[in-house]
Amino acid sequence: MTGDTILDVENIELVYNKSVQVLRGLSLKVPRGQVVTLLGSNGAGKSSTLKAVSRLLSLENGEVTAGRIRFDGQDTRGMEPHALVRKGLFHVMEGRRVFEDLTVEENLTAATFALSGRGVKRTSFDMVYDYFPRLYERRQSRAGYLSGGEQQMLAIGRALIAQPSLILLDEPSLGLSPLLVEEIFTIIGRINRQTGVSMLLVEQNAAVAFAIAHYGYIMENGKIQLDGPSERLMADQDVREFYLGQSDGEKSRSYREIKHYKRRKRWLS
Amino acid sequence: MSDWLFFIEVSLAGLGSGALLSLTALAFVLIYKATQVVNLAVGEILMLGGYLFFAFAAGMGLSPWVAIPLAVIGGGIVGGIVERGIIRPMLGEAAISVFMVTVGLGSVLVGLVELIWGTDPRSLPNFIATAPLFLGEAYVSRKIAVAFVVAGIVVTVFLVLFRFWRGGVALRATATDQAAAYSCGINVPGVFSLAWIIGCATAAGAGVLLGAISGISPTMGIFGLSALVVVIVGGLDSILGALVGGLALGLIQSWTGTYLGGEYTSVVTFSLLIVALMIRPYGLFGTHEIERL
Repeated sequence: MTGDTILDVENIELVYNKSVQVLRGLSLKVPRGQVVTLLGSNGAGKSSTLKAVSRLLSLENGEVTAGRIRFDGQDTRGMEPHALVRKGLFHVMEGRRVFEDLTVEENLTAATFALSGRGVKRTSFDMVYDYFPRLYERRQSRAGYLSGGEQQMLAIGRALIAQPSLILLDEPSLGLSPLLVEEIFTIIGRINRQTGVSMLLVEQNAAVAFAIAHYGYIMENGKIQLDGPSERLMADQDVREFYLGQSDGEKSRSYREIKHYKRRKRWLS
Repeated sequence: MSDWLFFIEVSLAGLGSGALLSLTALAFVLIYKATQVVNLAVGEILMLGGYLFFAFAAGMGLSPWVAIPLAVIGGGIVGGIVERGIIRPMLGEAAISVFMVTVGLGSVLVGLVELIWGTDPRSLPNFIATAPLFLGEAYVSRKIAVAFVVAGIVVTVFLVLFRFWRGGVALRATATDQAAAYSCGINVPGVFSLAWIIGCATAAGAGVLLGAISGISPTMGIFGLSALVVVIVGGLDSILGALVGGLALGLIQSWTGTYLGGEYTSVVTFSLLIVALMIRPYGLFGTHEIERL
């Protein structure tokens, strides 16, 4: 059953500081080689889900109190975050999180630690520079001086160095211009097709996410509300209205009808 | 002419003690770079290193060449235990709490040493020949020359390691962003332990050298305070700053002590600290944090 499922999240509950419950029985699956997107509004618990999977949660006093997460068929409970990375699960965190004081090259070098104990050959940095030529031009400059887009490229580049089997991407579109978002998502899609790496993509920007994702989950209040193949979700009335911002009516809704929005949204959950 | 000779001799002595300052400063820098903790107990670990050597060489009668590595390793073990037992459980606490813990640790170490070996100053068994050394016509104490060479080599090795060794990148990455370092597969707790072990081993080694020159006493940890001045002026996260700052402070203390009188050394040292911090708050060679707007 795990043969073609790289990540299997079953009914997890997540509590911060032993008091704040963020996830309430969330389940999702990422099939091997596919891009799965996790959509939802602010505070729905998307980033927390990713942190639960990569176990970076422990740094923030969070704890998975119920349910099970299996990566590559293996229960991840009690694993240290860096050990999980070395097994091939790479988390590209929200807000890029490049090492600002280190150069671009040193940032990539840092990611080579993900290969420790795996007996694979070091990835040459050229692979990263092929996908992101702009990083090559700036390989000697300190990462803190890169533009937002370049930092996002570097964050994804670090993931490439690690030769993972699953990449968790947390809002790669955050704070970038629409043009850059398109560029980066095109490259993310290409990486998936060419290297076959599976991805779990958290996004607010549903339109770009659906463009590269095979399957989508929509979550609200710590639970999955809706899931399905991208095409089906894109055709869904509510998704179109609340996540893609397209209304079927001729005129866009006015703020006066905000109550209607709330009503509909509750109905969705 | 002899004035010049005297000046050179004073300077050489200053460089010698400066090299020891650099070595001790290195211990501060290593630990700070990885863990962002200013370990105020470095001076006391240094003292402990001196006493460990004393115990192995004088107490158990081992050859100094066995006792030196044992003292250094002992310092490292103490560092490892402290990190594992005290510092790691405090991860995520305010920097000032961790800082205060290291202050307390320093006092505990002084107390332990006083309980075991008493409060009297002692001199270490000689392991460096006492015959003076002449550089041209200038006289240098052989012990100071040896201390200078050893400290110089160690600091240089670390400088090279940090530039070219992958582990140096891991350490700097951990210092910049722990969560991101984890996400890159870096064993963050391992880096912490390693930094404390190597940092404390270095301090213990400096303690043996310092003890060989001026004897040991439970209060010799005050030397760590001068080294703290070095790292603050040189930059808390800069090995180069530790090297240059240490040598410079050694020279300045030696000059003021000789030409103005011993009572001036502290005044001059700390005045320089104030001025340096006013001009460059992050230290001469420290990292100026990148602020993005």
